[in-house]
Amino acid sequence: MGKHVLVIEDEPNIIEAISFILSRDGWTVDTHSNGHDAVDVVRAKTPDLVILDVMLPGKSGYDILSELREDDATRNLPVLMLTARGQSKDRELAERIGASRFMTKPFSNAEVLEALHELVPQ
Amino acid sequence: MPQRQLTGTRIRERRIMQGMRQAELARAAGISASYLNLIEHNRRRIGGKLLLALADVLQVEPSVLTEGAEVAVIARLGEARAADSAAAVAEQEAPEDFAGRFPGWAELLVRRHRRVLELERTVETLTDRLTHDPHLAAALHEVLSTVTAIRSTAAILADTPELEREWRDRFHRNVNEDARRLAESAQSLVSYLDEGGEAETGLASPQDELDAFLTDAEYHFAELEAGGAGTIDAILQGTGRLQSTAGRSLARHYLESYAEDAARMPLAKTTVALRDLGPDPAALARRFGTGVARAMRRMAALPPTEDLPRIGMVSCDASGTLIFRKSLEGFALPRFGAACPKWPLFQALSRPLLPIRRVVQQDMRGRSAFLAFAIAEPVSAPDFGTDPLFQAHMLLVALDPSEWKQDDVGGLGVGCRICPRETCEGRREPSILTDGF
Repeated sequence: MGKHVLVIEDEPNIIEAISFILSRDGWTVDTHSNGHDAVDVVRAKTPDLVILDVMLPGKSGYDILSELREDDATRNLPVLMLTARGQSKDRELAERIGASRFMTKPFSNAEVLEALHELVPQ
Repeated sequence: MPQRQLTGTRIRERRIMQGMRQAELARAAGISASYLNLIEHNRRRIGGKLLLALADVLQVEPSVLTEGAEVAVIARLGEARAADSAAAVAEQEAPEDFAGRFPGWAELLVRRHRRVLELERTVETLTDRLTHDPHLAAALHEVLSTVTAIRSTAAILADTPELEREWRDRFHRNVNEDARRLAESAQSLVSYLDEGGEAETGLASPQDELDAFLTDAEYHFAELEAGGAGTIDAILQGTGRLQSTAGRSLARHYLESYAEDAARMPLAKTTVALRDLGPDPAALARRFGTGVARAMRRMAALPPTEDLPRIGMVSCDASGTLIFRKSLEGFALPRFGAACPKWPLFQALSRPLLPIRRVVQQDMRGRSAFLAFAIAEPVSAPDFGTDPLFQAHMLLVALDPSEWKQDDVGGLGVGCRICPRETCEGRREPSILTDGF
């Protein structure tokens, strides 16, 4: 069984496309589309990596990441953040909170796969 | 220096303002000039009968001399000085002294400082709208998320030749769905950007004020239909939309013209004529023996009713600047910048007095069409030896889909900046829809 990735994103067709390419690449994919209970889902699913959208219903990706970094169990969990904003201060904020990588929409499938391989070598 | 101790300074300023000599004031108040000199330089406290006597001679309330500039003004002056590092070093005098000696200038400085702060906030808002405007951030997020979904799905379809039929069908459906959503989101985003944010930024122009005032009234003023031109003042006083002198002036001019039009083409008769003749401003003008522009204005000022089509109107001066806008759903009018040069409005301007009638569409998907009537008429009566100045007017009448007949192949835009027709011969600048996003 491949490495386990949890995709937290509220756009269903992005979830479907990313799930497809990651599955074909050998990953075990779980998805979640709500920010409100996303931290609980990460704790319950214990993925090897999280793909986390910034703008989610219920709670922002930044808040979710902050909570993950305060918890010993998820402090070092690789998190790839996705955002529609590519300004340097957004990138700095994500890095300060503890994002492992920061990717601006629209990204290519190849970029996502490359980032995941760097964060979690197969 | 405390407020109360500046009474002498204020007495001096008031005396100088009134052109009175020190000895003159001292004599009138029953004291020596040298004692008044000490008072005026805040070296003697003053109160009681002497204060009343000096206030009486200077013809001001005693409180004007004792309280002077408001505490808030002094506090604001202190803030203004603190906000400017150079002033803090260069200007050692306490703000109380300045406010006491020059109350008018102090208030002016406070007002300017307040305006600078407002403008700084506006600049900050405009330079980082994504942070300050949650609607814009959400709309842009929606657009970029949909683009991401399309890009990712399209790449799967293109790069996976052995894709199973079930997946292929599903991804085709997703791309189609997302493309439709993207078109709607982009259109809504552009409309939002084009509408601007004058409420937040305070950058409304007098023309914007007039537009807001007329939109509130739905372009109809029942008070003026009975020939009550005297009610214009009451109408102007009853709105909060007209903040600037220029905005009020534009509105007054519009209402005066409205009252004149209403007198020449009374509402009841105009409505009956419209039902007889159909929405044709030239036929209406002939019926009332008046100009086509006036007939257009009356049609645009009718109260909305079910048995008449929706009507919009736009006018421009000889420079092409839009001077009147009554928008209509399905035919957008630019809020900033110039309009589409292919509008019949501008063609009318190049062919004065020639009536132009065309079916026009802005929507590239053909969801709405309008009958456009345009004409350019001289602003003033003809005079030998004087070249007439023209204004052009375009009336837009919403058409029933059964009446559509495409006259403008390719359609019209709103303005180049937000028009997707890349190869249009009238294009004068790139579009943000094709080059900016």
